[in-house]
Amino acid sequence: MNVSRRWLEGFLRRPLDARDVATRLAMAGAPVDAIEPLAPGLEGVIVGLVEEVRPHPNADRLRLCLVNDGSAERRHVVCGAPNVTAGRKYPFAPIGVTVPHGKGGGPMTIERARIRGEVSEGMLCSARELGLGEDQSGLLELDTEAAPGTRLLDAVPVGDDRLVVDVTPNRPDLLGHKGIARELAASYRIPFRLPAIPGSPGATSPTARRVDGTTATIAGLRFGIEDRDGCARFLGARLRGVRVGPSPAWLARRLAAVGVRSINNVVDATNYVMHELNQPMHAYDASRLRGPSVIARRARPGEAVVTLDGVSRTLTDEMTVIADEAGAVGVAGVMGAAHVEVTEATTDVFLECAWFEPRRIRRTRRALGVSTEASYRFERGVDLWGGPDALRRCIELIQATAGGELVEEPLDVWPQVTYPPRIFLRPARVTQVLGVELELRELERCLTAIGATVVSKPADQRIAVDVPGWRPDITAEIDLVEEIARQHGYDNFPTELRPFRVGLRVDAPLETAAARVREALAARGLFEVHTLPVGPSEGPESVQLLNPLSAEEAYLRQRLIPGLLRQVELNWSRQTRDVRLFQIGSVFRTGGGPRPVEETHVAAVVTGARDPAHWTDPARIPAPELRDVDHWDLRALFEACVALALPGASVQVDGAAWVARTPEGRIAGRAERLDAEAPPWAAPVYGFELILDPAPREAPRFRALPATPAAERDLALILPAGVAAAQVEAVLRRAGGALLERVEIFDEYRGPSLPAGTRSVGFRLVLRAPDRTLRDAEVDGLVGRVVAALERELGIALRAS
Amino acid sequence: MADQDGVAALERAIAEASEFLARIPALDARELEAGFVRVLGRKGGVLTGALKALPSLPADLRRELGARANRLRVEIEAAHEARREALRRDAERRAAAGLDLTMPGRERWVGAAHPVTRVVDEICEIFRELGFTRAIGPEAESEWYNFGALNFPADHPAMDMHDTLYLATPEEPGPRGGRILMRTHTSPVQIRTMLEQAPPIRVVIPGWVYRKDTFDPSHAPVFSQIEGLVVDEGVSFVDLKATLVHFARRFFGAGTGVRFRPSYFPFTEPSAEMDVQCALCRGAGCPACKGTGWMEILGCGMVHPALYQACGLDAERYTGFAFGMGPHRIAMLRYGVPDIRMLYEGDMRFLRQLA
Repeated sequence: MNVSRRWLEGFLRRPLDARDVATRLAMAGAPVDAIEPLAPGLEGVIVGLVEEVRPHPNADRLRLCLVNDGSAERRHVVCGAPNVTAGRKYPFAPIGVTVPHGKGGGPMTIERARIRGEVSEGMLCSARELGLGEDQSGLLELDTEAAPGTRLLDAVPVGDDRLVVDVTPNRPDLLGHKGIARELAASYRIPFRLPAIPGSPGATSPTARRVDGTTATIAGLRFGIEDRDGCARFLGARLRGVRVGPSPAWLARRLAAVGVRSINNVVDATNYVMHELNQPMHAYDASRLRGPSVIARRARPGEAVVTLDGVSRTLTDEMTVIADEAGAVGVAGVMGAAHVEVTEATTDVFLECAWFEPRRIRRTRRALGVSTEASYRFERGVDLWGGPDALRRCIELIQATAGGELVEEPLDVWPQVTYPPRIFLRPARVTQVLGVELELRELERCLTAIGATVVSKPADQRIAVDVPGWRPDITAEIDLVEEIARQHGYDNFPTELRPFRVGLRVDAPLETAAARVREALAARGLFEVHTLPVGPSEGPESVQLLNPLSAEEAYLRQRLIPGLLRQVELNWSRQTRDVRLFQIGSVFRTGGGPRPVEETHVAAVVTGARDPAHWTDPARIPAPELRDVDHWDLRALFEACVALALPGASVQVDGAAWVARTPEGRIAGRAERLDAEAPPWAAPVYGFELILDPAPREAPRFRALPATPAAERDLALILPAGVAAAQVEAVLRRAGGALLERVEIFDEYRGPSLPAGTRSVGFRLVLRAPDRTLRDAEVDGLVGRVVAALERELGIALRAS
Repeated sequence: MADQDGVAALERAIAEASEFLARIPALDARELEAGFVRVLGRKGGVLTGALKALPSLPADLRRELGARANRLRVEIEAAHEARREALRRDAERRAAAGLDLTMPGRERWVGAAHPVTRVVDEICEIFRELGFTRAIGPEAESEWYNFGALNFPADHPAMDMHDTLYLATPEEPGPRGGRILMRTHTSPVQIRTMLEQAPPIRVVIPGWVYRKDTFDPSHAPVFSQIEGLVVDEGVSFVDLKATLVHFARRFFGAGTGVRFRPSYFPFTEPSAEMDVQCALCRGAGCPACKGTGWMEILGCGMVHPALYQACGLDAERYTGFAFGMGPHRIAMLRYGVPDIRMLYEGDMRFLRQLA
């Protein structure tokens, strides 16, 4: 909502500071997003009185003027304007001042000059030079009592500020200057009233008379309501002898200040009322209405209307139109039709002032894909009871600016009269919600400030509050409590912490589990990232969005890895080779029903150097890629993460990958080398993804630490093709029995010195008896049995040293 | 005779040990250890041997010489230990003198939680001090949880603030169903919490929310939110203000100015926005705060009675407050990040900077 500071000053009858207004409105619940000074750059321009005009000795078209600028001296000014006259006041830009539009179109700074031999000490300005209009035919004559030297901005009402007010959807009343003025008046604690209209003796027209039934007729023009669901009230007035023409400057300027283009005096009058009282109005050229009639009715399916913007719009029977006997002359509450508009030729004007059902307007304008100043207001709710005043105001304006006589009296079609609600407020409830006890007098002050009528009934311990019609948002007691808090001032409530009862809920286990995993992965050098949870389809189980932003983001993600890989590729594109990322986030898949299955996953990707390079690293490692992360780093990372994220699960080999299998046998995670769009210098990418199980992790248990020494034996074993280390270990464990504490692999060798297809793997056996020191003979015997078992079961031989 | 020999041996040992003790401060490591073994070695140390022979001496001599010998042993042990330590320190100093200590140290990769996660955790921790625990809820929700139960009127302009992504799945039947959508705020978890448990309720609700919105420097289609909910008997607007002012001063600094402005949310009444003094200009007004001197940090209000009714709680008995804020925006303020998209890129250089 654009608000003019000067318009507000008209309501409050005092000068206002735009910044102060902005602060007060913010504290009333309507923050100001921007303050835009209008007619900027006029700060240095003053009122100049031309005391003497003489011809220029060297130029026919130029005159020499003596200007009184309020100082003791007089300024000599060379001026080319034909209308410069001694004894008149004009805007005067002294030396050093910059005016908005110089000869080249941009700002121009006035300098002492010699023009055709004569000194010029400033400039008398036209409207165009000051950015106040297009008129450059002569100087802007000032009709002011202000003394020479007065700031132009203080002398004449050209300066204004536009305040862009952020109005919340519950406050339609703040979409008119009157509503804003009401809030400010309450804030300043001063009265306010409608500004006087220049040239008007005041509203003289009678208040619209309510008629029975659903239609009314003014001098043969029938208007009214056929669609009672869409239109509750329809006031009409007819003026003849109207002289349509340009609006007076003050009206055009006022509309310009709120960002509305001046059309003509009649249309401008309707727009003025809309911005003042939040009541959209419509003016028709009555001579062009067929019938003549103006009826609010449901649109016929497929009915078309060409609206003011030149667009042909096809309507449905869910919409309300305004129609004459030939068809629609406007989409009710949204936009009128071009062919019945008021033009320069119009003399017979019919004024419509209606109340349309907010939801109907909202659905209509959404279906049509347009939003207008009128629809914006109707869908938020205009004052159902404010129509008569708005109509009178509009008639007053038209008569003041375009003349014309009322034909008969304005009429009011209102089939079902209703009243604004009366709500009972219990002061005890105010105390319960707001936490402080306010005096009855303060409650009444707060409620009166919003325009409510208050009847206290202390005996009942409640107050009867008649809500004003412009506040459709107030429908219940709690709404009044808010108004009291607002008018009392949010900052006037204390902020001391009072005793409270703690909640009895424990932290969400998933959050706790996520924190545990996050900490562990960060400690292993990985960075947490966030990826967008939408993307392309990942298969038949992908969950589709009904109204995605783009086709590439039409599905919810099923896995985190693809998003992480895109981030790895982004890092590569920025020449970063070492990338270690993880994410904990939601994934979705179709579950058959309306709701998708939603799970929390943990995923990580790693590529590049295992450790940061250091100057002590051997200069020539036979293969530099040995420094890069490989399968074995992935395995350890995966196992560590599984231990935290999936308590009880085990890591198993599955083809070229590892999987995490839960105790129930479900595969809940997978780790492998990943494919990516890699530049040639990039290292391989490894990654894993698993389900985050919110089950708490069991605390580890203490076992007695060994008190006896261990014996170690290294075995270099020749493993035939197809025999896996895990198989060897299983045999070792079985044959080794209780004394075999640990098996470690310390080496692998493949090479020409071994039989083809075999490899040598170094196993270290750590043996220990809990109660005694093992003797060499006992250890040797055990190792002998183990070797024999390997030979027997897997065909494995000891490598000859 | 044997006594004489024994006494002489003991005196010789004492003399030799005394002489060794005197030389200790000047010995190098090898000499020190060799000498120590010669004098006090467990097998064959001269003083050790002499001490072992003590019992065979006459009682009077034994007492006098024995005391001397023992005192000497203790002194040598202490001196030996001290010299050893001095030599070790010397060696270190010498070794260090050969190193260029301006050379860089050996790093390990260090990771970190996402900057937004850290802000979320910090906020939740502050509220934990005030007795709040963490609750969560699903990101795909029904219209009832996201709008209806939260007192959003159907076909109301309030919905314009929530450009919603819907799923192409069938409607969920039942009074709590409706179309399925990606939640536009974490407020549905308020409803879930009130349906699940009786007051007193004190929870913070971190989570991801979705808007049908394109990326720009200050908007993301998916972003994080933290919701808070307090419901109990006797909870008032004063408690709301006190709790949130406490939070603001803990998070933004003890002296931070805080103000509450009236606002509108369908699910709270009275509703408010909380502003904190702009950290950049300290309230003087700058581009970051649009010249107002204030930064909008969170929306809040007293829980609307309609929510209690939707959740089967007694709206006359219970009162409470709720609040919501955007950790992405707060993280941008805290770390000076100019563009929200950086928080979604995973650029290692950016992440390392903010770690």
